[in-house]
Amino acid sequence: MADPMKIRASAKDGITEVKVLMSHEMETGQRKDSSGNLVPAHFITEVSAEHNGRQVLAAQFGTAVSKNPYLAFKFKGGAKGDKLSVSWVDSKGDKRTDEVQIA
Amino acid sequence: MNHQRREVLKAGGGLGLFGLLAAAGLITPGEARAEWNKAAFDAKNIEDTLKALGAGAPASAAEVQLTAPDIAENGAVVPVGVISTLAGVEAIAILVEKNPNPLAASFTLPAGTEPGVQTRVKMGQTSDVYALVRAGGKFFMAKKEIKVTLGGCGG
Repeated sequence: MADPMKIRASAKDGITEVKVLMSHEMETGQRKDSSGNLVPAHFITEVSAEHNGRQVLAAQFGTAVSKNPYLAFKFKGGAKGDKLSVSWVDSKGDKRTDEVQIA
Repeated sequence: MNHQRREVLKAGGGLGLFGLLAAAGLITPGEARAEWNKAAFDAKNIEDTLKALGAGAPASAAEVQLTAPDIAENGAVVPVGVISTLAGVEAIAILVEKNPNPLAASFTLPAGTEPGVQTRVKMGQTSDVYALVRAGGKFFMAKKEIKVTLGGCGG
């Protein structure tokens, strides 16, 4: 199981700003290890963010997204105390969901 | 007009359902990956990527802004942001021309989400970076060259 995401969501003037830092290796499948073998690709493919159960962002990642992916976006609505959850699925089928309260 | 709206709803509904199913563990990873646009992410050059995304030849638009450094010291972590002032932005994609697979990430924005995302991407070498935006069913783009002093792929 992957490490938890760091999620920060803050509501201001009717707009909620979300910043997410995921913890993932994001192997491209093009890197070689010390003995010259290709390290198999292993990366997050899909990310979804939901505000009180309503999807506010869907993302598809390729291998070119940096290790420990960072993502920031804003959406209309959202109030302090609302739930915001972010989930991802990776190329090996691992998944993780974390939830925070909007501050 | 109605047709367009229906498409947007369909796309939104599909993703929402996928999210629910994935959350409930009803679909296996294999099926989940079917949603991932493999053709677009596997494409080896910009033209094929645009084709796989259904973008054709997008028009350059001043309403699309790509925020990124002129020079990236570390190609493994290049902060890239895309902001658009176009109305009805439905999707945003980030492409790095000289990467093995240009498409780095694509985002679907449901109604109510501000047309702007920021993330960090890897760049193998100095390259043009494209911001692709779909608004009202049409594609627009902006591009910017980012110089990389240290490659991000196995370097």
